[in-house]
Amino acid sequence: MNFDDYRGIWIYIEVKDGQIAPVSLELLGAGRVLADKRKTELAGVFIGSGVKALAPTLFQYGADVVYVYDDPIFEHYRTEPYMRALLDCCHKHKPEVILYGATPSGKDLASAIATDLPTGLTADTTILDIEEDTGLLLASRPAFGGNIMATILCKKYRPQMATVRPKVMKALPPDPSRTGRVVEEHIELHEEEMRTKVLQIVRETAKKVRIDEADIVVAGGKGMGSKEGFQLIHQLAEVLGGAVGASRDVVEAGWIDHHHQVGQTGVTVTPKIYFAIGISGAIQHVVGMQNSDLIIAINKDPNAPIFQSCHYGIVGDAFEIVPLLIERLKEEIPKIKAAADVKEEIRHA
Amino acid sequence: MLHIVACIKQVPDTKIIKMNPKTNTMDRASAPAILNPYDAHAVEEAVRLKKKYGGIVSVLTMGPPPAVKAIKKCIELGADEGYMISDRAFAGADTLATSYALTKALEKIAKHRPIDLIICGKMTIDGDTGQVGPGIARRLNIPPLTGVNKVVEVNKEKGYAIVHRKLEDGYEVVKSQLPCLFTVEKDINDISFAPLPNMIKAARYQPTIWTADDLEDVDRKQLGLKGSPTIVSKVWAPPKPEGGKILTGTKEEQVNELLSIILEKKELFS
Ligand SMILES: Cc1cc2nc3c(=O)[nH]c(=O)nc-3n(C[C@H](O)[C@H](O)[C@H](O)COP(=O)(O)OP(=O)(O)OC[C@H]3O[C@@H](n4cnc5c(N)ncnc54)[C@H](O)[C@@H]3O)c2cc1C
Ligand SMILES: Cc1cc2nc3c(=O)[nH]c(=O)nc-3n(C[C@H](O)[C@H](O)[C@H](O)COP(=O)(O)OP(=O)(O)OC[C@H]3O[C@@H](n4cnc5c(N)ncnc54)[C@H](O)[C@@H]3O)c2cc1C
Repeated sequence: MNFDDYRGIWIYIEVKDGQIAPVSLELLGAGRVLADKRKTELAGVFIGSGVKALAPTLFQYGADVVYVYDDPIFEHYRTEPYMRALLDCCHKHKPEVILYGATPSGKDLASAIATDLPTGLTADTTILDIEEDTGLLLASRPAFGGNIMATILCKKYRPQMATVRPKVMKALPPDPSRTGRVVEEHIELHEEEMRTKVLQIVRETAKKVRIDEADIVVAGGKGMGSKEGFQLIHQLAEVLGGAVGASRDVVEAGWIDHHHQVGQTGVTVTPKIYFAIGISGAIQHVVGMQNSDLIIAINKDPNAPIFQSCHYGIVGDAFEIVPLLIERLKEEIPKIKAAADVKEEIRHA
Repeated sequence: MLHIVACIKQVPDTKIIKMNPKTNTMDRASAPAILNPYDAHAVEEAVRLKKKYGGIVSVLTMGPPPAVKAIKKCIELGADEGYMISDRAFAGADTLATSYALTKALEKIAKHRPIDLIICGKMTIDGDTGQVGPGIARRLNIPPLTGVNKVVEVNKEKGYAIVHRKLEDGYEVVKSQLPCLFTVEKDINDISFAPLPNMIKAARYQPTIWTADDLEDVDRKQLGLKGSPTIVSKVWAPPKPEGGKILTGTKEEQVNELLSIILEKKELFS
């Protein structure tokens, strides 16, 4: 294997509901840094049905090249056709690095590609770097339930591959003046030969809380005592117009559905304000919220580890502090709203 | 008659594992070895399918000799047969080398009893990559169905399975040819209590144990550390965060200070 044949940083571009998945834009931001260090191109590999029109967006976020496989057979993610397309692209253009979002389909695809090529695959990366002269990718990840961090290398194989956690890397601000090259690719695939078929997609809108998109997340832990006690979390979230989050122990106790779980085995959130109330601050919880803009902890134990991971903390009983806070918010928020309305009127007048 | 094989791994209980603060390494002795929780659900699902359609459930693990305990746990859960591959040659395997060795063992199992379905956990709680299941499927050239949280039907005569695969905001219904491989979510089932006869059987059970030499057509270069493209080069404890400002004063004063911190982000409330 001649390493010099392998050039360029690639990002597997994931499509979700007809849109480019946010994680793919984040990876373009991270990939841009790696490509600049290696003085090489940053490419997106875009597989889907009707996706060609979205390709220029990828240039705005940092890509120099976009390889497009646009075919109805790619309507829903399936391992087999997606794998065939990406393998085709790898064999033709030989990248040095491929990054995937550590999403269900990103991980599924990356594992299949790694086995087929074969090459190494680092899972759930949270820190990325590259050696300028050798091109060695330094991919670091939490393991053993977040107790340790490990840097994983792949010295003897190319391409080097990693899946990267969503919401860890930062997308670049879109630059409408940036352009690039679209390369249309094609591969012969026949539906009759596919061994899986997606029969139906069911969106569970009722359960769809999307706490990962909320500006304010109010999360409660085992310290709320009971399902009834946990209602206080719902009340605070409602006053603030935020979403409700929870620790794993709360989910396991059945006080709330798994979709609300924040942390390593739940959702990663980065809201503008995150409340951790009656949450001890276990590492597996903290990894899911530590990048929030403002973290507020309320816990009655002054030694709770959560106070190490917050910006502001109150040592106290949630059942005393939170009702007081709710009461004061109910007084103050309408005043802010009124002031904003006045401004709006002045502007319109 | 279905033949279902569940792949299982023994792992340290990472929930209670302690770190050695001096060396920044894990004190493995501090955590008991358990059956990977996701794999318990894989075995449970296999046993449920056996009860529904008739068949045999085998479990397979690669690990050091004490991993026999994890197989016994699976017998308690209702598995019929246990296989273990254990050899120094397997040590240090990354996910690529792990899926290679497990595939060789699966091929050997299939020679004496063809396999219809393989079930893996979504991930382990130690390495937690979730890469081994899809790797095995690729090597056997069968469809991988990851993130399965419900099995609707397995139809051996017509050669297909229908499952729900979990999506971020719902699920998809997928039909696949058999044989295929599932990786399962925890919410696919609740683990049943082991009935007494299973416990007795498990206590006496001795699995079939193979070394690397017992497997056929093995390319030794693909085993263990040698067959692993990834290298763990550095391990460290995640940095401890600085810690936040603890508000002081009376309860009312603390709440008022908190209020002004929150309301500084005016744009969120107007
Ligand atoms: C592999 C693995 C993955 C995991 N994934 C996740 C994950 O995704 N998300 C997650 O959250 N956890 C996860 N965990 C579990 C995690 O380790 C912790 O067990 C969990 O986060 C603890 O939840 P908790 O803080 O609600 O409960 P506890 O640790 O029991 O903490 C309760 C806290 O409430 C405080 N308290 C009690 N009463 C009051 C009161 N009246 N007012 C104020 N404070 C009070 C106590 O002082 C205490 O600090 C995972 C664990 C493992 C091993
Ligand atoms: C700190 C650290 C970081 C690591 N990071 C990586 C990495 O980024 N990339 C990489 O390739 N390897 C990595 N490894 C190596 C990896 O942990 C091992 O290859 C391990 O043997 C399998 O991976 P896993 O535990 O992640 O299994 P997963 O892929 O998470 O396991 C999924 C399922 O596969 C089955 N399975 C897994 N292992 C076995 C087994 N031994 N016997 C039977 N069935 C099994 C089970 O059904 C399990 O639920 C790392 C190891 C360490 C110590």
